[in-house]
Amino acid sequence: MNNSGLISSPHAHGGDTIRANMLSVMLALAPATVVSVYLFGWMAVFLIVLCMAGCMLTEMACLKLMDRPPSALGDGSAALTGLFLALTLPAYVPWWIPLIGCITAIILSKQVYGGLGHNPFNPALAARVVLLISFPLNMTAWIIPMHAGAPLVNLYDFAQCWHLFWLGPESLHQGLDAITMASPLGHVKTEWSRGIGVLEALREYDYSYLDAFLGRESGSLGETSTLALLLGGVYLLARHTIAWHIPVSFIATVSVLALIFNQINPEHFAPPLFHLLAGGLMLGAFFMATDPVTSPVTPHGQLVFGIGCGILTWSIRSFGGYPEGVMFSILLMNCAVPLIDHYLRPRVYGK
Amino acid sequence: MLRKLLEHLKPTTPGTFPGGMYPPEHKITATSPISQCPLPPVLILPLKQHIGETCTPLVDVGDSVLLGQKIAKSQGYVSASIHASSSGKVVKIEEHPIPHPSGMGRPCIFIEPDGKDTPDESLEPMPDYRNTEPSTIRERIRICGIVGLGGAVFPSFIKMVRDQRNPIDTVILNGIECEPYLTNDHRLMLEKSEEILRGMDIIMHAVNAKHGIIAIEDNKLDAVEGIRKALTEMHGIDTCNIEVRVLPTRYPQGSEKQLIYALTGREIPAGRLPLHIGLLCQNVGTANAVHNAVCLGRSLTERIITVSGDAVPQPGNVCARIGTPVPFLFARHGLHDMDDVHVIHGGPMMGERLSKLDVPVVKSTNGLLAMKRDTFYSEQAVEEPCIRCGHCVEVCPSGLVPNELAWHCRNDQFDRGQEYDLFDCIECGCCSYVCPSHIPLVHYFRYAKGQVAKIEKEQEFARISKIRSGARDNRLAREQAERAARRSRAKQQHKAASADKAETAGKSETKPAAKETQNTNENNEEEST
Ligand code: SF4
Ligand code: SF4
Repeated sequence: MNNSGLISSPHAHGGDTIRANMLSVMLALAPATVVSVYLFGWMAVFLIVLCMAGCMLTEMACLKLMDRPPSALGDGSAALTGLFLALTLPAYVPWWIPLIGCITAIILSKQVYGGLGHNPFNPALAARVVLLISFPLNMTAWIIPMHAGAPLVNLYDFAQCWHLFWLGPESLHQGLDAITMASPLGHVKTEWSRGIGVLEALREYDYSYLDAFLGRESGSLGETSTLALLLGGVYLLARHTIAWHIPVSFIATVSVLALIFNQINPEHFAPPLFHLLAGGLMLGAFFMATDPVTSPVTPHGQLVFGIGCGILTWSIRSFGGYPEGVMFSILLMNCAVPLIDHYLRPRVYGK
Repeated sequence: MLRKLLEHLKPTTPGTFPGGMYPPEHKITATSPISQCPLPPVLILPLKQHIGETCTPLVDVGDSVLLGQKIAKSQGYVSASIHASSSGKVVKIEEHPIPHPSGMGRPCIFIEPDGKDTPDESLEPMPDYRNTEPSTIRERIRICGIVGLGGAVFPSFIKMVRDQRNPIDTVILNGIECEPYLTNDHRLMLEKSEEILRGMDIIMHAVNAKHGIIAIEDNKLDAVEGIRKALTEMHGIDTCNIEVRVLPTRYPQGSEKQLIYALTGREIPAGRLPLHIGLLCQNVGTANAVHNAVCLGRSLTERIITVSGDAVPQPGNVCARIGTPVPFLFARHGLHDMDDVHVIHGGPMMGERLSKLDVPVVKSTNGLLAMKRDTFYSEQAVEEPCIRCGHCVEVCPSGLVPNELAWHCRNDQFDRGQEYDLFDCIECGCCSYVCPSHIPLVHYFRYAKGQVAKIEKEQEFARISKIRSGARDNRLAREQAERAARRSRAKQQHKAASADKAETAGKSETKPAAKETQNTNENNEEEST
């Protein structure tokens, strides 16, 4: 809608735009993206390009179908969804899986609800969960990154990656198992189901907090390096794209729960630092849970939302069937947002 | 009570308020001294320049008037008289556009000045106001047509009514001026600091207040200096009860509710006034006008205006007579061609964009900003869907959820809107200012408020006419029954005379009913105008 006929105040604007917000989130993801390319070489590049292009093309097709101006693509939300999706995927998945993810994210999780601003679930996360449930094997096979031991495939070699990406490991005469490994969270979970305690499992895995912090271990493209994600998160906070409430309450809740239960039973419950550095917690807390559209608008609501995410994440990780609970917890809390927003409004002046 | 209030005042002084933001100041005229605007060829004085009832003219076409002479008298309690802003002749009284976004016309008195400025000296100066009855001072403020000059234009004397149940303890002088561009209060504080302090003392005397606070933001430290200096040099004022408070610059601190919170940490309960918590808030310009009225016997005929904006070649602060045509004022500041500009009456955050430019300066004109059309914000803004970023919630000083509220208002769900505290919105514009989707939130709130007012008016009207028509139906039925009874009696008695009588009685009784219908029609017309 063009407002040029409007004579209502205010007659000035701070200059913020949706596009600027989306771009700042992409910029904040830059360190994590760079780390993913460092770890997974061309595989990361292919995956990110494929996801971003896939999401943007799907969005364009939707806009065309609905007779909306294609300029809406310029808000950057589809590109950002693509980047998000790529960063939550394992470095090697058959190429059609991310494509299905793009279509799910844009069509089923966003446009059917009415487009940007109306979707109840974070599109990238929703797509990620659909993929995980539909293709559990591929979605939990983590490629051995370049700087962990001696990987069988040289991920910095364009030709090798090109083959791997389009034709799968068989084209390089490798089994999927040979080039992948478990993520720390996954390892701990499997060992626990075999009756081996957390401490023992971590020792077996050769786990080091420093590696996890810097991101020298296996996992999804963008979730490995806590440091890179923290850098981006701090940038978003400083630029005021996101408020502190969700990341702080989310991370604090996970730490507190982990601390308490680790004190009670260190054999079953992993220590807080392990939780903080593992998996997608940082990516989830700073980037996914703070997605404006699907999180509460009020400060109190955001705190409750973050605490809810924290409790669910820790519970799923500790008791659930899946090793990682960040995505599920955020999606579950997304459902509660209308309720939270309704009941946790700020106090009105003088009332 | 006083003790209690003081206890409240002391420990909790947050110095700021929740929400709000910091827009670029653009106070380019902060260093330009107030200049005097010359006499325009014609002065146009609207009969309604305040909140409340329209005035009735006291002069006719052809009458000569003096500077400061009352030419229209206030109607009802909430109203303020209008005074001639120069001496001369009344040339016409007719509708003319006034500063209002709709460009609507209002009856105005046109005066052709004779250039002599012969003053009306009927009002005695009262330099010894401290020994004058407070009621006399309030009456003087009322006669002089003084209204709140910060923009609200609420008749000042009403705020000063002394009420046993709500004694006023503290007078707050608002020198915040948080709107971008505007510097008229700033310059006034620099150039008329003594007059302002004197005016404050008068107000404190009129309401018997013990304390005075002058609130100034920290972007006007020279004004703070000036006022503090004047405070030490003043004679005849008990200055130790007056305190100058410097607050961090933040928009909308100049709003009464936010200012009171920033100074005292207390909120005005919803639906109540500052006086209910023992406070009186007045703008510094109003204090100056009060000083002029009481100490000099001058009614409100001029005010300070900031003429600025990116299209004005020589921006500045000017003291202009009420009734000066706006184009005349802009021409004085080097802007002659008004085709490519938009004019804002007031500041950019809360002011109105004028749709007609040949309007006069009125009592509420604190700023006139001419903005280039091609870079004007609302010329370019394109509304996008709300992304629920919550920025609007964060900045709303009233604690509302603007995005939800706007959703209901836009869909005409006014009940839901009121559930979301529509009427607690002070229309400060913070939410629209920060919205990345450029949603004109305040526009929707204004629209909804207008609609709710309209619906309530209609409902009230329907209720009254229902009562009336119900009563009328009952009466008519009763009368008919009576008539029938009488007629049958008459028939039985075969008395022609008694039948006649019954008819006349019936006629005279139906008359008031007819009158009632007429009344209803009249109301109807009022409604539609
Ligand atoms: S600032 Fe605008 S986009 Fe953000 S929540 Fe408020 S209305 Fe929606
Ligand atoms: S205009 Fe109303 S809703 Fe918007 S910030 Fe100001 S008070 Fe809040």
